[in-house]
Amino acid sequence: MKPPPFAYHDPRTLDEAIALLAGLPNARPLAGGQSMMPMLNMRFAQPDHLVDLNRITGLETVEVEPDGTLAIGAMARQRDLERHPAVARSCPMMVEALGQVGHRQTRNRGTIGGSLCHLDPAAELPLVAAASDAVVVAAGPKGRREATFADFARGFMTPGLDPDEVLVAVRLPALPAGAGCCFLEFARRHGDFAIVAVAVTLVPDAAGRIALARIALGGVGPVPLRLPEAEAALRGAAPGADAFGQAAATTRHLDPMEDALVPAWYRRHLAGVLLGRALATAAGRMGRA
Amino acid sequence: MTETLHTETLHAETLHQVALTVNGRPVRLQVPARRTLAEALREELGLTGTHLGCEHGVCGSCTVLMDGAPVRGCLVLAVQAEGCAIRTVEGLAPHGAALHPLQQAFADHHAVQCGYCTPGFLMLALAILEEDPDMTEAEMVERLSSNLCRCTGYVGILRAVRAAAASWPRTRPA
Amino acid sequence: MNVVGKSVARLEDPPLLRGQGAFAADISFPRQLHMRVVRAEVAHALLVSVDVAAALDAPGVVAVWTGEDVAAIPPIPFRATKLKGLEPYCQPILARGRVRYVGEPVAVVFAEDAALAEDAADLVMMELEELPALLDAAAPPGNFDTTHATEPAVVRKGYGAVETTLAGAHVVLELDLYIGRHSGVPLETRGAIARHDAATDTLELHGTAKKQHWNRDEIARLLGRPPSSVHLFEGHVGGGFGVRGELYPEDLLVCLAALRLGRPVKWIEDRREHLIATNHSREQRHRIRAAVDAEGRILSIENTFFHDQGAYVRTHGARVADMSAGLLLGPYRVPAYRVTGHFRLTNKTPAATYRAPGRFEGSFVRERLMDAIAARCGIDRIEVRRRNFVTAAEMPYTRPLDALGTDVVLDSGDYALLLDKALARFGWTARQEEVARRRAAGEAVGLGLGVFVEKSGLGPSDGVRMSVDASGTVELVTGAASVGQGVETALAQIAADALGVDYRRVRVVRGRTDRIEFGSGAHASRVTVMSGSATHLAGLALRERALETAATLLQAPREVLRIEQGVVRRSDLPDGPTLPIGEVARALAPGMPLARGQATPGLTTESWFHSDHMAYPYGVHLAQVALDRGTGKVSVEHYLVAYDVGRAVNPMMVEGQIAGGFAQGLGGALYEEFRYDERGQPLCTTLADYLIPTIAEMPPLDILVTEDAPSPLNPLGVKGAGEGGTNAVGAAIASAVDDALGGRGLVTRLPITPREVLRMLGEIEA
Repeated sequence: MKPPPFAYHDPRTLDEAIALLAGLPNARPLAGGQSMMPMLNMRFAQPDHLVDLNRITGLETVEVEPDGTLAIGAMARQRDLERHPAVARSCPMMVEALGQVGHRQTRNRGTIGGSLCHLDPAAELPLVAAASDAVVVAAGPKGRREATFADFARGFMTPGLDPDEVLVAVRLPALPAGAGCCFLEFARRHGDFAIVAVAVTLVPDAAGRIALARIALGGVGPVPLRLPEAEAALRGAAPGADAFGQAAATTRHLDPMEDALVPAWYRRHLAGVLLGRALATAAGRMGRA
Repeated sequence: MTETLHTETLHAETLHQVALTVNGRPVRLQVPARRTLAEALREELGLTGTHLGCEHGVCGSCTVLMDGAPVRGCLVLAVQAEGCAIRTVEGLAPHGAALHPLQQAFADHHAVQCGYCTPGFLMLALAILEEDPDMTEAEMVERLSSNLCRCTGYVGILRAVRAAAASWPRTRPA
Repeated sequence: MNVVGKSVARLEDPPLLRGQGAFAADISFPRQLHMRVVRAEVAHALLVSVDVAAALDAPGVVAVWTGEDVAAIPPIPFRATKLKGLEPYCQPILARGRVRYVGEPVAVVFAEDAALAEDAADLVMMELEELPALLDAAAPPGNFDTTHATEPAVVRKGYGAVETTLAGAHVVLELDLYIGRHSGVPLETRGAIARHDAATDTLELHGTAKKQHWNRDEIARLLGRPPSSVHLFEGHVGGGFGVRGELYPEDLLVCLAALRLGRPVKWIEDRREHLIATNHSREQRHRIRAAVDAEGRILSIENTFFHDQGAYVRTHGARVADMSAGLLLGPYRVPAYRVTGHFRLTNKTPAATYRAPGRFEGSFVRERLMDAIAARCGIDRIEVRRRNFVTAAEMPYTRPLDALGTDVVLDSGDYALLLDKALARFGWTARQEEVARRRAAGEAVGLGLGVFVEKSGLGPSDGVRMSVDASGTVELVTGAASVGQGVETALAQIAADALGVDYRRVRVVRGRTDRIEFGSGAHASRVTVMSGSATHLAGLALRERALETAATLLQAPREVLRIEQGVVRRSDLPDGPTLPIGEVARALAPGMPLARGQATPGLTTESWFHSDHMAYPYGVHLAQVALDRGTGKVSVEHYLVAYDVGRAVNPMMVEGQIAGGFAQGLGGALYEEFRYDERGQPLCTTLADYLIPTIAEMPPLDILVTEDAPSPLNPLGVKGAGEGGTNAVGAAIASAVDDALGGRGLVTRLPITPREVLRMLGEIEA
């Protein structure tokens, strides 16, 4: 279980990194390495060139923009985000999710950008991005561009990046006032990838009803899945068992992935159970509009 | 800075020069890019206390501290350690000196059976105690859950870390 | 001061805590080559050809071998088994003509470093014609090759008239039960480093474990060398659990390569290889039938099972199936018993022993049956067990059965007493009330139990050599081995008490064929019983010799002398002359006057202990679980292991064995399973898929070690402690989950997965 041979590059600037990725055949970027390194050690990934992003400064910043958008550099370490006061204020769901990303030890190296680009269908951070209407920022030879996370998550472990592009940031719009969030997952062991995970944001209106719901499911489809039907069902509803039951029931129509270890019916069932629980928790966390 | 290694089989793999400190001492490594930090510690520096149990980041036997934070030594390339301060189990107690209090706690509470996971658990425990010796029991369990032990059922390990926490020096009054 | 029975600090710990251990990967020799094994990626296929040309041309490669290159080496043999006809099913060291499981060694590459060897291994090409994979041992047998079927043997045992009990029975119950495939999975993978010392024509193998002497003899035989020219060495061993230290193809390949290539050869297994190449275990399907009277007393048991051996018969032969057959009955009196064990091959990784082999399986089957009897007869689950126990008055209790080649004679035990103690300690009655209360509030909670008899101290004999050097340090050389369980400390404690020295002055040398001619290694919970007894005898003999010599040196009567902390003293004269035993040893050195007339100079002795029968420890496991009705997750809320070990040499280490064994049992009960797809592709090839419990999965665990029934079979009264923590975890957790589901016998399979629990919850709610 030794990595295949590759040439190693450690650019100091983003432009250098992009030039390397654009100019070298079969080049792959390396972020925190918590997914890439196992893939290399097991030789599932066999790049000829590895472009290490860890020496580039300025990609690990966390900022709250004037409109309240939380902008996180792609190379921000998961562990740093987990204890960053701005993340706790602007996106509490992310803190809750981060507590379930691997282990504290792997979060010391793992980055948010690495997780979004690895795009494991059950991973926590892509799910948070999906549930937060996040926008990703990519940089390439032609400059920077933004994309919604929905467009970015192109398919099974396939991020919408060209080979010469680097994910540089993810931007999460400010939460509406009073929003209650919950991130919940089920895994066989603590720290494992989830079988199913759910991310929920509920926004109250002035009357305490649900003005807006954002619901995303992980581990069900090839990429994080938004549930527009459930979101619509909750709009204008009074928070409570009836509304949540109705919303959770929409998962019955899901057609989840099936693999040799986990059958589709179990993922579908878990989706409904976890959604119901997450909605109840999120509602309990709602404040005033 | 790179140079090419020529063996009798004429195989060529670029070697990288890496300067870092290991257990407080500056060292220079010459390694191919693909060599992991854990392997380099073992093969280049002879620090075989850092063990490899899975080489895919699950078991934690290769845990070392990188600039104070515990990391999987199998998931970091040696070249990435340029300029870093690495601490390994060999640095806990100098050769011939008494055991570090954490090591002593592991002995006192039967936290060791085969000893293969032990260096990784020691470094993990060291890091979490240095960061916060006042963690709750639940937090301690959560933080120790990143490493696997197959012999002890973790009973002795938890007791040892709990005991070490109780007498851990606090930098500021609790 | 006696140290046997005290929780003294382990002698093994300091180097392990300092990172100074010598595990297999830590051993290197100058100019060594690295071996990489090319393995079959298809479960069953004709192997048409293997093309190694590209691999041979790869950088750093010295040699590449296929099955043709090692055709002269016989396949891996098996140890003692009474069954005939297993030979055709032994594994060749490299496949020829056919591959039979994913992971089977097909070729080996030798290169200058491990990464280069792996690069080249990727270039070896196989031409295969895929055949259907046989994956169910309970399905009709298929063909192993053109002349042999995939059922090498059927294990048959029994006694009494099973048929006649059926007619008079109050009820006849039948259960269909399955135990999933899982295994030891130690944290250290296997490793083997061979070198040939041409100067002395000695072949050395390092990184070994468990069975050095048998492996040495077989390696020598298979390579056509005298055994005395082959030596095996054990360093630190990163967990054994049954799987490590058996003779595997890789051990022979590195030895052969060291001889042929004239350089040391190192092989370190990677984790994926470990999960597909090192012995699996446990997979068995049982159809069990019991005839019972109206009071719930067993009249007979008929046990038909299908043992999934995987692709080849390995070193254990049919031992696990044999133990599954011979040890199933546990603590109960069973008037008639018949067992038919179908020992069958499939296209999966070969299987063998894993901690409590045949007993983890058997306890699950037997205790599921006891719960079913209780339910059918309307008797309390505890009471039905009490009614069927073999009583203390019946000890020693002979069963007309054999296992491991010896008759099953339960040497001592009071099963009812231990059950009472366990229930009291666990608070069974109070927990029953708690369970009732929580159920009324809608929770799915349950209690469960498993009662079992272990076995330990497999004979027939073990010897040690004990010597005192001039510094008074004792060297104990044993043919036993250590897999990390504390063998050195336990033997040092026994030696220290017998001889009269500080246990820290005893150096235990183990796992080396060059230091002692015979040895039986470490397995089957035998070391403390067998090697411990031999050590005890050696210590007593050495003490006697030291005292006799000291009597001469001190001009004192032998009777007034004693040895304390390594010093000979007069018990009648507290301030009288003393003599350190190092001085006694010096006086017995060759050439010294006192050494003349001695058969062997020096303060040294060799002692042997023989035993025809095993010692049978016994235990009770109790569990409380809660089920999540939404996800099916099983939470173990509390667990107790009560275990009678006769006498605990080091209670701390006994508890350590139990706790660790429990965690492994928990894995087998709820988490761990080697699963395959329909083509025989293994699905659990990383530690992210093969779910070893972490500390977060460990429930509150209480351990009760008792010493109510010392073994009459050895001078120390000890019984082995290594396997009782694992034995009944599957049984007790299954019982508790089933209780939480309403006690309807729905739990028939291990491991119990969340989705199975959901399905069963659906059944009770439907």
